[in-house]
Amino acid sequence: MSKSLRNKYTLVIGLEVHAQLLTESKIYTPDSTAYGSQPNTNLSVITLAHPGTLPLLNKKVVEFAIRMGIACRCAISRLNIFDRKNYFYPDLPKGYQLTQDRTPICKGGFVTITTSTGERDVKLNRIHIEEDAGKSIHLENESDTLVDFNRAGVALIEIVSEPDLRSSEEAASFLTEVRKLVRYLEICDGNMEEGSLRCDANVSVMPAGSSLYGKKVEVKNMNSIRNVQRAIEHEFDRQIALLEKGEVVISETRTFNADNGKTYGMRTKEELNDYRYFPDPDLSPLEISDKWLSSIQASMPILPRALALKYEQEYGLPKYDALVLTDTKDVATYFESVSKHTSNYKAASNWVMGPVKSYLNETGLNAHEFPLLPQRIAEIITLIDQGKISYTVASQRVFPDLLSNPAKTALEVAHHLNVIQESNQDSILPIVEQVMKEFPLKVEEYKNGKKGIMSMFMGEVMKRSKGKADPKVATQLLTKKLEEV
Amino acid sequence: MKAYATFREIQHDLQHGTITCRELVRHHLDIINTKAHLNAFLSVYEDAALKQAARIDQKISQQKAGKLAGLVVGLKDVLSYEDHPLQAGSKILNGYTSVYNATAVQRLLDEDAIIIGRQNCDEFAMGSSNENSAFGPVRNDLDNTRVPGGSSGGSAVAVQADMCRISLGSDTGGSVRQPAAFCGVIGLKPTYSRISRYGLIAYASSFDCIGIFGKSIDDVALVLEVIAGPDEFDSTVSKKPVPAYSKELTQTERKTFKVGYLKELSTSEGLQPEIQKNIVAKLDQIKAAGHAVEPIEFPLMDFILPTYYILATAEASSNLSRFDGVRYGYRSKNATDLLSMYKKTRSEGFGKEVQRRILLGTFVLSASYYDAYYTKAQKVRRIIRDKTKEILKQYDFIVMPITPTTAFKMGEHTNNPLEMYLADLFSVQANVVGVPAISIPCGTDQQGLPIGLQVIADDFEESKLLQFSDLLLNMN
Repeated sequence: MSKSLRNKYTLVIGLEVHAQLLTESKIYTPDSTAYGSQPNTNLSVITLAHPGTLPLLNKKVVEFAIRMGIACRCAISRLNIFDRKNYFYPDLPKGYQLTQDRTPICKGGFVTITTSTGERDVKLNRIHIEEDAGKSIHLENESDTLVDFNRAGVALIEIVSEPDLRSSEEAASFLTEVRKLVRYLEICDGNMEEGSLRCDANVSVMPAGSSLYGKKVEVKNMNSIRNVQRAIEHEFDRQIALLEKGEVVISETRTFNADNGKTYGMRTKEELNDYRYFPDPDLSPLEISDKWLSSIQASMPILPRALALKYEQEYGLPKYDALVLTDTKDVATYFESVSKHTSNYKAASNWVMGPVKSYLNETGLNAHEFPLLPQRIAEIITLIDQGKISYTVASQRVFPDLLSNPAKTALEVAHHLNVIQESNQDSILPIVEQVMKEFPLKVEEYKNGKKGIMSMFMGEVMKRSKGKADPKVATQLLTKKLEEV
Repeated sequence: MKAYATFREIQHDLQHGTITCRELVRHHLDIINTKAHLNAFLSVYEDAALKQAARIDQKISQQKAGKLAGLVVGLKDVLSYEDHPLQAGSKILNGYTSVYNATAVQRLLDEDAIIIGRQNCDEFAMGSSNENSAFGPVRNDLDNTRVPGGSSGGSAVAVQADMCRISLGSDTGGSVRQPAAFCGVIGLKPTYSRISRYGLIAYASSFDCIGIFGKSIDDVALVLEVIAGPDEFDSTVSKKPVPAYSKELTQTERKTFKVGYLKELSTSEGLQPEIQKNIVAKLDQIKAAGHAVEPIEFPLMDFILPTYYILATAEASSNLSRFDGVRYGYRSKNATDLLSMYKKTRSEGFGKEVQRRILLGTFVLSASYYDAYYTKAQKVRRIIRDKTKEILKQYDFIVMPITPTTAFKMGEHTNNPLEMYLADLFSVQANVVGVPAISIPCGTDQQGLPIGLQVIADDFEESKLLQFSDLLLNMN
């Protein structure tokens, strides 16, 4: 689609993000929530909705939801009523889902996003608590459908943004931020592939400059941030094309096909269920006391944006470094540990963002599983700062060797590798003088202005010192001696 | 066997070895067998009950027996009893066996009660005559052409005919008190949330109460103190401590009470004249005994029944969604796809009255009518509660009829659901408000059919309610 055509329209996006909470038991039963268990093993009479069973609220779920609410500066509802959302589906044992319709636990609030155009607060509508459904498994060439109820009753929070996002880049940034937050808060693992973080996008377009939203389409089935972006891009173009042809956008639910990047209609909203929400009489309304709320507030960890700001202000790091380092709590924690052993924060940042992160990416390990103690990295930095090893030697020889000998110190490894640089002038000077004596013609050429010959002298000095001469010191001495001739 | 007035007398004889639990169980089993035509029991646990009796006889001889040792109890078919069938009088739970014990049932068992069987009832406790059971109607033991009331008809008849000492039923809109009145026994509906609902098949969750049928106030008090109280499996149950009701009953301290009765009692049109006469006579007796008796006004009477039927059916429509043929119970064999599985299973599995109430409830909760019905009924419920509580601040009790008529003929109202709903006119107020209420026998009509008198007390005033009921019964 041409850029000029796109410029005629404003894209409007609202996201609904479901985050599966990391509570050990389900929201209304003590059943386990372990992922990957054998089908239909994490069950009880309550999960299966046997006659006469009643829900028992897991308070941890409420605490997790409040943590997210505090992180997003939401207003926390003190009186929480749980509602039933009624519909029939085989993976929904009670025939209704327990959710919060009229009194979401968190109201309002915002999530700060960063895009190519800068930082911006994206408004939230609400965050509410609800339960997950089971999984229907349709087998190929089988007429029967199988149901696995392990996931039924697992706690979710649904984070609903206002239709406040204006580009797929903003949507992606919003999701990235939400994922970062739930991970920092340790309330959800944020894994989109396994479905513990799921996102539906409400997408509409309106003529540029208008304030009247167009008909919205709800897009489902996107299992990565990139796919959310692709689906939105596709919808943007599809809806514009419809309007340009004089057709209308139908309010419907569409599913995203990751293979071809297109969306396909599932059912129109008009045909949708009337969910008949009403307050669940089996769960007494939940009151959140001042005491409870303040204890949750007191247990809040430092959040990524605050942490990044701290790195900029306290460690004097560039904004870019601060953002990269705080991308995950794990890496940030590792960086802070390194910084406890060195005051060269920028070097610590470079080492963590560079060799450490590359190693983690290659091995798929998390920062807390990184084999080297943070002080090893600090030792390397100190060796470089003292001129004992060069950065190149440090990153290409000392660091890999340390990884295979994590019990040794950086200095021990450097010694063992015999790479400690000679920075003592007294021991380099004789080599310099020897080289100058051996190549009088070259010295003459240098004196006649052929300064480029310096590298040849350096090469000879390094060769004779077996690479251990500190290049800085060697250059200084060579220059000084040559000028003296 | 000797006719015992109270369970305490039985316990006395058990202690002294003049009777055994096995003899007691055998006695009730004999009646169940000879009166099988009443259709009060859906399952009789003959062998298990006799075995349990033998076990408890031994415990008694070892002085290790629980508080209810030797109490023979029947359970309405809405209470979960592990490894025993449970169907709520419905075809939709065909083949279903409970896999856990209801809290109330567990507490009975923990105190060595003996469970003798599962009692017939209106399907999903929806009905006032016990004619809505998938297993056929229950008959009144006093007149087999008449209904026992409902929905806990089987439970009422079981106590009436001495098939068990105590029945546990459920009272959502009068389902314990109304059949108790029709059968001439005592029926208590405690305060909402006094007894855990865990294991009670839900009809309308915000109204449902487990209730107790018995022949003596003392028996009812004893059972209540065992089964009531906090329960980790029901978040709505009250955490208030449970008084020793049966002990408080024996306190001889003379009290005078202030009793209010409905002013409209003398003019109420639908009320059978003998019921009115008997209640007025009882009020005179109360007055003569030194209690204050005053007429009260309750102008909201006309709103109670509609409020109840809107809210109860709304909750029921959702509560009964779990009966879908997917995980347990009946599944239609005629289904061809998912939608037809739901439709056929539920159309074939549920009876007409249940379907009627599910449809009603679905309607009042639907988006276009929600505010007009559900929201409004919630508001009215609050007003009815406030007004009733106001009266109960001034009066210890409200006395009123429990039914407009005595037990009616079978088939008399089956073609007119609205007429049937009117049978609940006096009983639903206590459920709408949540306060405790009891139905106690109060004479008979000209045909010898029992008349019930209803006494309503304030929240958690069961102790006072039981004391007063005992007093009234002893006035005869």
